Amino acid sequence: MTTYLGSLQLHLQQLLSVDSTVLVMGEDILDPYGGAFKVTKGLSTKFPDRVITTPISEAGFIGVANGMALRGLKPIVEIMFGDFITLGADQIINYAAKFAAMYQSALEYHLVIRMPVGGGRGYGPTHSQCLEKLFLGIPHITILAPSIYHDPGLMLASAIQQPGPVLFLEHKLLYSQELITPANSPFAVNLSDESFPLVRLTNNTEKTADLTLITYGGALWLPALLQKMAEEEIWLDVLVPSSLNQKAHPTLAVSASHTGRVVIVEEGAGPFGWGAQIAYDLQHAMLNRLTAPIAVIHAENTIIPATQALEQLHLPNLQKIEQKIYEVLS
Amino acid sequence: MQSVPALEWHLYQQMYLIRRTEETLLDLFSQGLLFGTVHTCIGQEAIAVGVVNAIDKSKDVIWSNHRGHGHFLAYCDNIEGLIAEVMGKETGVCRGIGGSQHLHYNNFYTNGILGGTVACAVGSAMAEKKKNSGAITVVFLGDGAMGEGIVYESLNMASLWKLPVLFVLEHNQYAQTTPTSLAHTGDLSNRPKAFGIETREIKADNVISVNRLAQECVHKVRTQQKPLFITMHTYRFAPHSKGDDVRPAAEIETAKRSDPLTHMRWALAQINERRVASIENEVDMRIIEAVETVKQQLVLAPEMFFAGRQP
Repeated sequence: MTTYLGSLQLHLQQLLSVDSTVLVMGEDILDPYGGAFKVTKGLSTKFPDRVITTPISEAGFIGVANGMALRGLKPIVEIMFGDFITLGADQIINYAAKFAAMYQSALEYHLVIRMPVGGGRGYGPTHSQCLEKLFLGIPHITILAPSIYHDPGLMLASAIQQPGPVLFLEHKLLYSQELITPANSPFAVNLSDESFPLVRLTNNTEKTADLTLITYGGALWLPALLQKMAEEEIWLDVLVPSSLNQKAHPTLAVSASHTGRVVIVEEGAGPFGWGAQIAYDLQHAMLNRLTAPIAVIHAENTIIPATQALEQLHLPNLQKIEQKIYEVLS
Repeated sequence: MQSVPALEWHLYQQMYLIRRTEETLLDLFSQGLLFGTVHTCIGQEAIAVGVVNAIDKSKDVIWSNHRGHGHFLAYCDNIEGLIAEVMGKETGVCRGIGGSQHLHYNNFYTNGILGGTVACAVGSAMAEKKKNSGAITVVFLGDGAMGEGIVYESLNMASLWKLPVLFVLEHNQYAQTTPTSLAHTGDLSNRPKAFGIETREIKADNVISVNRLAQECVHKVRTQQKPLFITMHTYRFAPHSKGDDVRPAAEIETAKRSDPLTHMRWALAQINERRVASIENEVDMRIIEAVETVKQQLVLAPEMFFAGRQP
């Protein structure tokens, strides 16, 4: 059994073994602690020169990583909680994302910023957010969000080969989860043949799907939803992209034009998010084939409460999604 | 006749070239031939020339800032590439896309946002140290940038990790229109000491003294593999960018009495006036030719630029 965490740990070790230009930086990442979520566990013991623990200076050490990347190294930076990325926004938006285009230079530039995101752990307003919305739409940033249906370690290995900066979102509820593959999944799972694949899941391979459900990242409610809908004989075509800062994957429109009904689920708060952009792209691609308005579910438009009962109500959850599916189908 | 070392002629030639190139850019701006903005270092040339001529241009890395034309010209002498860039032509060093504040050429980088370059400089110093290239990094920052928190994060990491980076603070007493006294407390040149970084201080009105100090510091940074911070006191004679000067005229006139260019010219002319004139004439001709050439050049074709956009 491979967990999400295990895959990341394994591929980080491999990356450092095969490529001497790769190095890892972040807060509290050294052994024996091995990082707040243990992703770097064991790394500093094996590669003491290339695993660098930093002061609490996100702006500064993302800047240092920028300088290293421009000079030919491949830094993988860990931001302890994705919420702290705001501190490094200038280095990402006005430096990393701009170097190649602003200098009009074919720079060899590789930088991955890993960040645990998302709620469900009771960490409250500043340690639970999905802030990727702040970076979506900024040109020349790749934003990746592997789910448990992807192989996060494999995606990390591709991410460090990607030109330009990559924000790599790891939903913190996923670390302990077993990865779902076509071999061990109770539902049909397909991955597109891309470095950052689109995952397609369905609860009935025989029947035409009734509804297209689009989501990314955490989405731990998904197996229960597929099961529940199957019991109701509602057939879902579920699409889980792993690359966010781009137009809707063409397969999304293909699926949606068959079902005519679309529900998009994202964990970020409120409007103006990824779901709104995907809905916009889809209505362009298939205006006459929609039989219901596209629905977007996101977290409530307020801060994330620390108290568990309210946090669960705040985030997208099984009940909210089920409810929305029935609405769209009726 | 007293002889002047070749280096001194070179330092004068570069200071003169920077001064005339920037005056030309301001002229072009007034004529409406230049769009956008220029931040000149008129009056501060001794720093760019003195420091850049102390490094190993074949491998050392330079991070400059919004006021970077002087550093750029001292580094690569590419007048045409700079003028074309500032005039937005495809032959500019960044094909006219970066403009005055966003230059990159070989190991030379600038960015228009203050402070962040200092962290990037610490990163390039770390990369070169890890690669054992023997290269050091020099970063130019102003007293204005000393207000950014990232500068102190960077000083801390540079010292903590013993990185070969030379910080050069060009203290020209103003951040755009705000005098240092309204923006900072304490002595800026002392701040690096709190991070265990060795410091130097100089009044940068004599390029030879600046160069001598820079050589000593570059050597120290390279051999000791740790950072060093020089505060250079200076003054810019021209506005922050264009037409936005609120400083007292008398103050500017007083400052001009320590013009590093005028002083060196006077000293050199005592020894060999013909050579001074010949150097100046040659530079003037190069600038005139560069401007005429650049005027004929084209803007990057839209399809070339937008081919790089994301789908």
